[in-house]
Amino acid sequence: MDGMKDVVLEYIREEYVDDEDDVELDENTPLISSGMVDSFSMVSLKTFLEMKYGIKLPDEEASPEAFDTVDSICALVRKHQG
Amino acid sequence: MAYSDKSRSAFSEEIASIKEKGLYKEKRFICSPQHSEIEVEFPEGAERRKVLNFCANNYLGLSSHPDVVAAAHRGLDDRGYGMSSVGFICGTQDLHRELQDKVSAFLGMEDTLLFPSCMDANSGVFEAILSPQDVIIADRLIHASLVDGIRLCSASYDTFKHMDMGHLEKKLILHQDKRLRLVVTDGVFSMDGDLIPLDELCALCEKYDAMVLVDDSHASGFIGKTGRGTHEHFGVIDKVDIITTTFGKGLGGASGGCVSGRREVVELCRQKARPYLFSNSVAPPIVAASIKVIDLISASTERRDKLERNTARFRKGITEAGLLIRAGETPIVPVMLFNATLANNMARDMYAEGIYVIGFFFPVVPAGAARIRVQLSAAHEDHHIDQCVDAFRKVGEKYGIIGLDKNAIIAKYGM
Repeated sequence: MDGMKDVVLEYIREEYVDDEDDVELDENTPLISSGMVDSFSMVSLKTFLEMKYGIKLPDEEASPEAFDTVDSICALVRKHQG
Repeated sequence: MAYSDKSRSAFSEEIASIKEKGLYKEKRFICSPQHSEIEVEFPEGAERRKVLNFCANNYLGLSSHPDVVAAAHRGLDDRGYGMSSVGFICGTQDLHRELQDKVSAFLGMEDTLLFPSCMDANSGVFEAILSPQDVIIADRLIHASLVDGIRLCSASYDTFKHMDMGHLEKKLILHQDKRLRLVVTDGVFSMDGDLIPLDELCALCEKYDAMVLVDDSHASGFIGKTGRGTHEHFGVIDKVDIITTTFGKGLGGASGGCVSGRREVVELCRQKARPYLFSNSVAPPIVAASIKVIDLISASTERRDKLERNTARFRKGITEAGLLIRAGETPIVPVMLFNATLANNMARDMYAEGIYVIGFFFPVVPAGAARIRVQLSAAHEDHHIDQCVDAFRKVGEKYGIIGLDKNAIIAKYGM
């Protein structure tokens, strides 16, 4: 389970954090509500998760709330892993 | 009654919540033609006052230019007030064709289709040309209308970090399995005033077989040596496949927009783009005035040259005054304040000093990046610009931010 958290954290660091930004990031850091990830660019994360874990996340479930922390993202992925 | 107390209460709660978050947009009334000096009623019901306008998209100062106004009058007299039709039924006049041809020639594109606005052009273009097996790869800070258009399209989409060509390349490689790739960007970004490195972007798109769409709404008419836009500035006029732009900013400032580009793209928009198919064509007076605008700026670069000088004067003055701006060369100059309350308070004080500017903060700009956005115009004279700089100096001193860098402003006011 922690493996998934690390993978998602690493992707978010690479995809959304600029090198010069001094951002502390852990599994509870708000991503969308803090403005670090906007709802438009969230699609990159969704696509990554679907490809990485071989799942399909329905649009209605891939909400800004569900994507707001790494913890909630991992919970959503696990739900769809069955 | 269909509009029940329940409906009224739900809507009222949402309005209250908008106010609570500090996102409520106040009514402001301009009681004069659009220009560098305007008469404003703000707040609603207050006595009108004359202020200098530094927040309009009137880049070339053509909104009230006598030749443009006269052309609109002629259009009204010769071709009437409205078309009472969408373009493809009986809403396209010879005037519309003339404007489309002139825009194609001005931008260096094969063909052009007019839309009621650039918002409509951006809403319609993607779904008209792309399918589910295609992908759109967009800069993360593109205009909201492009975001809406992309979301309305059946193609998949992805994003790259703002102006990060290395990140774009990764995404182009990632999506090599798609049928068609379309990279989407603003030419000049409206909040930061920065220019996308379009030469590098086009080179990548050539390497990885992707089309290029540029929204040049904040560039058409004044960026580039002859004002053709971002593609002229970077010497890639023949590399950009689609330009969307507006007649509502530098090009006269009324309304109307267009998709200009490869012949087949424009033809598909004419056949399929819903905002073109289901809304009225641009009104004849606006079309006639827009033709005059293209004629004026094709004949002389005087206005864009003046705008360039004004921009340089302001950027130099405000920097010497000790305020922090985002470096650049466009007439969009964000004075960086980082804190939303500070941006709001300073904008209010600038208004009291006779300078009309607006504070911008999250979610319009990223959290912690609040600023006052200043927009220069060819209608400004040197003394207007100096007055604006002086007001910023005075208000900046009041808030103790003169000479402070980003960290010091944040330390003082927080993000």
